[in-house]
Amino acid sequence: MRDEGKKRIWQEYQKEIADDNYYYVRSCIRQTFFPGSEHTFVKILKEELAKNLYETPAHTTCTGIGYHSDVVPFETTMTVVARQFSLMSEAGYKNYVPSCITSFGLYTEILEIWHEHPEIEDKIKEWLWKATKREFKKPENLAHSSDIIYKFRENIASIAKYKLVNNENGKPLKVVEHIGCHYSKMFPQKGVGGAEYPYVLTGMVKSWGGEVIDYPERRHCCGFGFRQYIVQANRGYSLGCSKKKFESMEPYEPDMIITNCPGCPMFLDRWQYVISETEGKTYGKDGHGIPVFTYEEVAGLVLGYDPWEIGLQLHQVPCEPVLEKMGIRYDPAKKYLGKNGEYLGKPVSPDYLKFY
Amino acid sequence: MEYRVLVIGGGIAGMEASAFMSDMGFGVTLIERKNKLGGHLLDWEKLFPTMRLGSEVLDFLHQGVDDKVDIKCNTEVISFNRIGDKFEIELNNSEKLTVDAVLVTTGYDIFDAVRKEEYGYGIYDNVITSADLEKMFCENREILTSNGNKPQKIGFVHCVGSRDEKVGNVYCSKVCCVTAVKQSIELKEKFPDSEIYCFYMDLRMYGMHFEHLYKVAQEKYGIHFIRGRLSESFENQDGTIMVKVEDTLVGRPMKLNVDLLVLMVGFVPAEGTLKIGSMLGLENGINGFFKTKDQHTLTNVSAIPGIFFAGTCTSPKTITNTITDARAAASTIASYLHSHDVDKRSINENPDK
Repeated sequence: MRDEGKKRIWQEYQKEIADDNYYYVRSCIRQTFFPGSEHTFVKILKEELAKNLYETPAHTTCTGIGYHSDVVPFETTMTVVARQFSLMSEAGYKNYVPSCITSFGLYTEILEIWHEHPEIEDKIKEWLWKATKREFKKPENLAHSSDIIYKFRENIASIAKYKLVNNENGKPLKVVEHIGCHYSKMFPQKGVGGAEYPYVLTGMVKSWGGEVIDYPERRHCCGFGFRQYIVQANRGYSLGCSKKKFESMEPYEPDMIITNCPGCPMFLDRWQYVISETEGKTYGKDGHGIPVFTYEEVAGLVLGYDPWEIGLQLHQVPCEPVLEKMGIRYDPAKKYLGKNGEYLGKPVSPDYLKFY
Repeated sequence: MEYRVLVIGGGIAGMEASAFMSDMGFGVTLIERKNKLGGHLLDWEKLFPTMRLGSEVLDFLHQGVDDKVDIKCNTEVISFNRIGDKFEIELNNSEKLTVDAVLVTTGYDIFDAVRKEEYGYGIYDNVITSADLEKMFCENREILTSNGNKPQKIGFVHCVGSRDEKVGNVYCSKVCCVTAVKQSIELKEKFPDSEIYCFYMDLRMYGMHFEHLYKVAQEKYGIHFIRGRLSESFENQDGTIMVKVEDTLVGRPMKLNVDLLVLMVGFVPAEGTLKIGSMLGLENGINGFFKTKDQHTLTNVSAIPGIFFAGTCTSPKTITNTITDARAAASTIASYLHSHDVDKRSINENPDK
């Protein structure tokens, strides 16, 4: 495999990413899946990078899951999104930063549709006004929150306390990067690196000392795919998608997986538990799984944040092997303590997947 | 008086049209931007459907122009002016010509397979193009995989950069289907124990003997033809290529590992075509090739009186069709220069759709 071929493609897919004054909108589901991730993003931007970031509790769902599950009409979705933009306009911001990949894809799709069909945008303006008496301006810059971390990856590297390097042998950690389907598969030009060889996570991994491994099912969906999971009868297919990826990446012996989508880390993490319980199969060494991280968590670890402060105890596949390899100092006894120091209780240990 | 004609592009069409026009008594100057005549034919070893050597056709073309036509290689047009019925042209060697007609034969370029990113050309070591393979044939190079082994499983992907809205080329390149059949036979002859798969959308075996060659490929050589377009390919740990495709005749998706994957790259308008078109003020059709004055009746005629087309600058063509088109262009130019009645016919404008 020739890296120079990928570099040629990466050069063709660069996007403009605003460098400050972000209107940040959280995901509907990330707060539940990996609640430390968005917190870590805000902390990094405000405290490490000294950036201005604004949030409002008036922000709602973008309806993306409903839209992609065919239960919300697109006109409704566009009007809801228009309201989000009106909140941004009202707050005096122009740089829209969604935390969710599906939201990012949906906003991109809507802006493209409005660009191609201004009459639809006019109709949505009219409907938003009728429904809420609100007006909006479109964002001047739309970037996913992983784009922001990508933009500042070298700044983060320059103040990093740890590297994605195996402390014992000095070799780069082998990292599987998994991009959310809605990041660039619909609009390759809107994603750093395009759709086939996305660079947004690869760039972070490289800057922080790791090595990205490429494996045959890299482009395959994680298994979330909305209908695959939300329609209960399809969940076997969801599991099958994840399993296909694990089987494909296993021979490369990855140390970890990094993701930039709300659903991907959830499914790549939880399905490893399900596969181990149903088949006794694990994909890491000695009964371990392959730890799965969000990019914010990885950035937080590199910056020396406490693993339990950024929520790593909520992972089904324990992250400790990566913490050990990176040489991160942490207190195992604090893993299951709540904010107030109260012991929350340790989950029941799985039968096969090694647990801490 | 002797009429003078400038022919721009020294490939098959330019050479054959020059030969005919020279023989008709016109003073012909043939310019070629590269250092020798022949165009893409220089890079092709054997030709479908007869497996004749490309060099034999090239020799035939040379017989028509060598010592008969004013040939200028490494030469390009740098400026162009119309003065009355004539054209004043300046070349990059500072030479100035005054001609009565211009024949544009700037040909095609091969589709850049890198643009089909999902197939991994330029990234995966064992993904090559049909042009790369033909070059290996021409240079008599041993065909090996990146780890030095003889390929045992080989895949051919049809329609790479053709009939593909994703890359913006909706047209058929006409020669790729039968070229894949030809090249798969050639590889099977080199590697009799190999398994060869052609992944196609439709097999367009329209030319005389094409269908026969396709039948021979199946019956004599055992080439497998699978009706389905690749969704993606990927490099396995051992360097083999995994392809994902739907076998649409069986109605099932399939995955297959091959040692070598050959991408059948199509035609795109040549860079030179676009450049000279812009300089001369010629119009391009919806697919980027030159727009002819009429699609049925005036296929060698441009919208500018005195400027004509031949060959693949107007659309993908086989060698056979290119030679025929070149002779037609020569005849059309002769009619124009001699003000024959056949040149005065007209037809209602037909949009290029």
